[in-house]
Amino acid sequence: MLERINKPFAGLSPAEIDEIHAEMSHYENKSAVAIEALKIVQKHRGWVSDACLVAVAELLDTSPAQLEGVATFYNLIYRQPVGRTVIHVCNSVTCWMLGADQVRESLCRHLNVDLGEMSEDGEYTILPIVCLGACDHAPVAMVGDQLIMDLAEHAVQQIFGE
Amino acid sequence: MDRMDRPLTQNIQADRPFATLSDYLKTGGYQGLAHAINNLQPKEVQQWVRDAGLRGRGGAGFNTGLKWSLVPMPEPNDTGRNPAHYLVVNGDEMEPGTFKDRLLLEKDPHQLIEGIVIAAYAIQARTAYIFLRGEYHLAAERLIHALEEARAQGYVGEHILDSDFSLQIHLHTSAGRYICGEESALLNALEGKRATPRPKPPFAVVSGLWGKPTVVNNVETLCNVPHILHYGVDWYRSLGRGADKGTKLFGASGRVRRPGLWELPMGTPIREIIEDHAGGMRDGYQLRGFLPGGASTDFLLPEHLDVPMEYDAVAKAGSRMGTGTLIVLDDQTCPVQMVLNLEQFFAQESCGWCTPCRDGLPWTVTLLKDIIEGRGRLEDLDTLSRLTRMLGPGNTFCALAPGAMEPLQSALKYFRADFERYIIRDKTILETG
Repeated sequence: MLERINKPFAGLSPAEIDEIHAEMSHYENKSAVAIEALKIVQKHRGWVSDACLVAVAELLDTSPAQLEGVATFYNLIYRQPVGRTVIHVCNSVTCWMLGADQVRESLCRHLNVDLGEMSEDGEYTILPIVCLGACDHAPVAMVGDQLIMDLAEHAVQQIFGE
Repeated sequence: MDRMDRPLTQNIQADRPFATLSDYLKTGGYQGLAHAINNLQPKEVQQWVRDAGLRGRGGAGFNTGLKWSLVPMPEPNDTGRNPAHYLVVNGDEMEPGTFKDRLLLEKDPHQLIEGIVIAAYAIQARTAYIFLRGEYHLAAERLIHALEEARAQGYVGEHILDSDFSLQIHLHTSAGRYICGEESALLNALEGKRATPRPKPPFAVVSGLWGKPTVVNNVETLCNVPHILHYGVDWYRSLGRGADKGTKLFGASGRVRRPGLWELPMGTPIREIIEDHAGGMRDGYQLRGFLPGGASTDFLLPEHLDVPMEYDAVAKAGSRMGTGTLIVLDDQTCPVQMVLNLEQFFAQESCGWCTPCRDGLPWTVTLLKDIIEGRGRLEDLDTLSRLTRMLGPGNTFCALAPGAMEPLQSALKYFRADFERYIIRDKTILETG
């Protein structure tokens, strides 16, 4: 019994399990915590591996297949490794109009990566994102948790400080 | 402008990062709540907001008080130990071109919290969720802090302002996807599921979160509520310039001189927003058209500049006021490419649940790309027109695909020559080859 309980969660740290349990108090049932739980794992590890997905499913009394359906639906859950900082470049209409393609190209060129790839030093991954709600300062990007605006002229300098 | 003319943004000042609790209290904060809880029955609060004429600011424009009145109310002797139903705040702002709720969330979080508590009191919800898009990190931080302050001061929690009314407010930060802004998809996301829309009826006010009656209100909508309760229905109605009441955050983005956001009376003419507030077009650019309220609204033309920004007037002109944030098309941006960008967004964000949307949007994108890249035929324009009908209202599970068709159908109407130029130009080159 003990082994059955311990084994599936073995992939998760006590801190992750505690945080997931704390989230449960906000919802009617365990399965509602799915998205928070995946985000907690991702906060600790950068992404959600197969092993972690199975462990979270066990913890929430749901099936890995069910949880995988949720995980792959949401674009801010990463099911493959990403750089320590993810750069989300807006590609929606106002940013597109004001130079988002050039911003994305200059950032990709600077890091020598394509969209979705990790930079060689493991520091960055560049991903596209829909409208970030800062259209009056287009083009914009989100670097980690930080919104960086007015990128038309000097995107590389503004983001990498070079 | 007097601060009473712009209640929603009165506490947003350039010289401070955001309004703290004490800033908020100085301008009458939480007095609307006190009035509601101390002097009015829940049904009376519903009536006030209904009479004020407040309409949903998320885009659909349904009368807010009327929506609240559709919730089956608990029996008077229900002590509330069993939470009977829910209030959910839609803070999933993701309509391309829209940046109004982020301002309200980041700059004056207590205004939203007060609106939530009053709305919950009006429908007697004991539990509220704020559904916030995952990318709004600063808004989440400020809300968490403001909620702690509000709990400590007795505005949220058990026995609010020493009354019998209690309310817990939870913050859910989402993990992406535009479809989460659709009311019933949002509820699925909140239940930890894939955010696919639900069949309607039943509507959320009858069967929503976990099958319980649920009101879903937009952030900006709820921010209006404290002021209606504090200053009264007549004052609120006096703010509008035309058929609609109150003020609204209007914005403009694109190649205007001063892109931005302004709180203005409902019914403000579009010309005033673009020419006065946004400063007109940047040097060297002409106005070609605009989407009045986000990506899922029909294009309008310079000839529509005198249309007032109110729900029915914009509808009469052939579009929707939507979120009230204008996306301006200049004469040097190709409308066909702009439509391609919009349709790529909608195709990507389709949840895939129903076939017309799942298949029709990628088909639309393919046709537009063919046209732009020189593989188009004139018949493709008829196919695109047919798609706007096949993906239109009544053929899909939710409003995503019909919304996606709005800029396309109006572009085909107003900018047909731009489409044809791609097709005919390439043909001419071929023939003269």
